[in-house]
Amino acid sequence: MLSKRIIPCLDVHDGKLTKGIKFKGNIDIGDPVDAAREYYEQGADEIVFYDITASSDGRDIMIDVVRRVAETIFIPFSVGGGIRTVEDMRRVIMAGAEKISINSEAVKNPPLISEGASAFGSQCIVLGMDVKKVEPNSKVPSGYEVVIHGGRVYTGIDALWWAKEGENLGAGEICLNSIDADGTQEGYELELTPLISTNVRIPVIASGGAGKPEHLVDVLTQGKADAALIASLVHYRYYTISQIKTYLHEHDVKTRMTW
Amino acid sequence: MIGIVDYRAGNLTSVARALNYLEEPCRISDDPGVLEQASHIIFPGVGAAGEAMANLKKSRLDQWIREWVQQGKPIMGICLGTQVIFEYSEENDTQCLGIIPGAVKRFPQNIRQNGEQLKIPHMGWNHVTFQKDHPVFRGLPEGSEFYFVHSYYPSPDDDKWIIGLTDYGQLFCSVVAHRNLVATQFHPEKSGRPGLQILINFCRWEGQDAE
Repeated sequence: MLSKRIIPCLDVHDGKLTKGIKFKGNIDIGDPVDAAREYYEQGADEIVFYDITASSDGRDIMIDVVRRVAETIFIPFSVGGGIRTVEDMRRVIMAGAEKISINSEAVKNPPLISEGASAFGSQCIVLGMDVKKVEPNSKVPSGYEVVIHGGRVYTGIDALWWAKEGENLGAGEICLNSIDADGTQEGYELELTPLISTNVRIPVIASGGAGKPEHLVDVLTQGKADAALIASLVHYRYYTISQIKTYLHEHDVKTRMTW
Repeated sequence: MIGIVDYRAGNLTSVARALNYLEEPCRISDDPGVLEQASHIIFPGVGAAGEAMANLKKSRLDQWIREWVQQGKPIMGICLGTQVIFEYSEENDTQCLGIIPGAVKRFPQNIRQNGEQLKIPHMGWNHVTFQKDHPVFRGLPEGSEFYFVHSYYPSPDDDKWIIGLTDYGQLFCSVVAHRNLVATQFHPEKSGRPGLQILINFCRWEGQDAE
């Protein structure tokens, strides 16, 4: 039986982690390669890098980060942020990333999903979706609207419709981030996540709201998510990934326990 | 030197990176003349069976791989590489290399486990239950899992080829081996330490049968 995946997310700016990550002995790690290595050792099933660099120089630095990560960790990892063309995807994939995540750029230019899928295969293309709860209306019947630019811009697109459309266009996976839950540490969005996950055939990674291990149990069982993204929960040393996995295992969530 | 067969089937650099990390010299090539100098061949790949076979034929690597297998030298298939070793794939209705008797089939649309509809592709970490002892799959910690991403699975005609089984709503063959050939549906190069162990074992294996 397939294991549920636990995926730490690292935000990178100009080749450095935006917030230092504290590890054993309270040492602050600012290097994304060291942090990835540490999470790999703790049993992460996959790693997500989100590049918030704007400049083109910064992008070259990110490619170098990807290359160094690929030389030292041997689990899949994805890279998102600022990928606008198939050529951008190619650079990141050739540097060693398994998957590419596209979010706002896919909303603005949906064919980017199908172009990426035909160039590299669907398994490479993760559709990132930022979603906010709204009053259901004729444009957004599900009551969940796709937002872009970190939640600042409403698109008028229904999240359920967009998830299915993304699948039809060739996305291999969806990373579903609830802007409402994000940063609250009060748990994942448990209505949105199963709504999307049960209406597409591709895996859904839940994102936003994890504050304790039981939140992961909730989203991976009643939330029907295939994987859970975590950030501050592990970055601030509240828990290690292996502690979270042990908790999941004790609560009958199948997770990889040997690494 | 380990030869990695390049037939334009996805990014082959991850296998090379894993071998570099293991300090095993390797070369990615589509040239039989270069690959001929290798002691071992790895035949990886992601993508669709139809295009993969077309590329293999175009570069005449199809016949070269059959000959390599017949010569008794070690070869390891990974993912799509494993699938095209069979006779036929349902993906793009493709005649494949025919090295192992059997077909590659698609997971059924309504595949279920514990009452839940399962996602396709089968993507993520799963167990392999090994059916036989084999030198390439020794030294793996109990409970090891491996990274899979695929919508089609191999189905050998004869159980004697099956070394490992995996459960995804149904049991499917995830590892095959016979004489000098081993092949995995999962990606050892993306399966952490247990995967690296398999790659080391393969590099040290001289191609002798499991028995």
